[in-house]
Amino acid sequence: MIEMVLDIATGVLLAGGSFFLLVGSIGVLRLPDFYSRMHAAGVTDTLGAELILLAMILQTGFSLITVKLIAIGFFMFFTSPTSTHAVANAAWAAGVRPLLGKDLKPGDGEAGPKDGAAS
Amino acid sequence: MLRGIILALGLFGLWLLLSGVYKPLWIGLGAGSAIAVTLLVMRMDVLDSEGLPAQMRFGTFRYWGWLQAEIVKANLAVTKILLSPRMNISPAIIRIKPTQQSDTGRVTFANSITLTPGTVTVDTDGDAFIVHAVDESFADMDALADMDRRVTVIEQR
Repeated sequence: MIEMVLDIATGVLLAGGSFFLLVGSIGVLRLPDFYSRMHAAGVTDTLGAELILLAMILQTGFSLITVKLIAIGFFMFFTSPTSTHAVANAAWAAGVRPLLGKDLKPGDGEAGPKDGAAS
Repeated sequence: MLRGIILALGLFGLWLLLSGVYKPLWIGLGAGSAIAVTLLVMRMDVLDSEGLPAQMRFGTFRYWGWLQAEIVKANLAVTKILLSPRMNISPAIIRIKPTQQSDTGRVTFANSITLTPGTVTVDTDGDAFIVHAVDESFADMDALADMDRRVTVIEQR
């Protein structure tokens, strides 16, 4: 009984994870420029990867493999933003500027009217 | 020295978790590697508050939980944009000044922005972060200021 519930939950999580991986890929194809495409890739390596890891954790029960899967999730939590930033920063340093605004005009990277400081 | 001990114990724990073989030889090899790596790291002189942020408080875990919830919300919002038939986006660049004092705190904030889909920290400009948002709805200064405040709370004191 419990096994069946676990299997169903695993299936739902895997389907959800696959859905977000697919959405991320579609986004990479549909979005207009380098920087906006990066956001679509972010969907893939956050929610997509997490749901699939969670599904695998449900299948392993509680064992050493569970701990390893959690460790994988933990490391992805730190490495994925770091690598995303490295790519974004390399493009920025090389002079690639994003398309900005409703009409997607090439911007000069200057902050718009939403400029402000956190306080 | 304390950081060295913490690092060695952490590495040894990781070895035990990943190896799964508990024979004296394997455990001995693990202990040897942990000590050797710790000595190397100490010789490289990178065993500081950045290399081993032992100053992070328990509140960090609460922050991760909060961040995870934010990530799920942002994912759903980005998904809605990506699947809308007419993609009506208005990308924006914003600048935000972090209020953290330490480099570790600032990196935590910048990485949190990047980890949340829809916003990516691109560069720093003086003491401000340059953030690219996929749509104006993600360039929410209040939400970013809230995240900034939460990171400052868990920062080293």
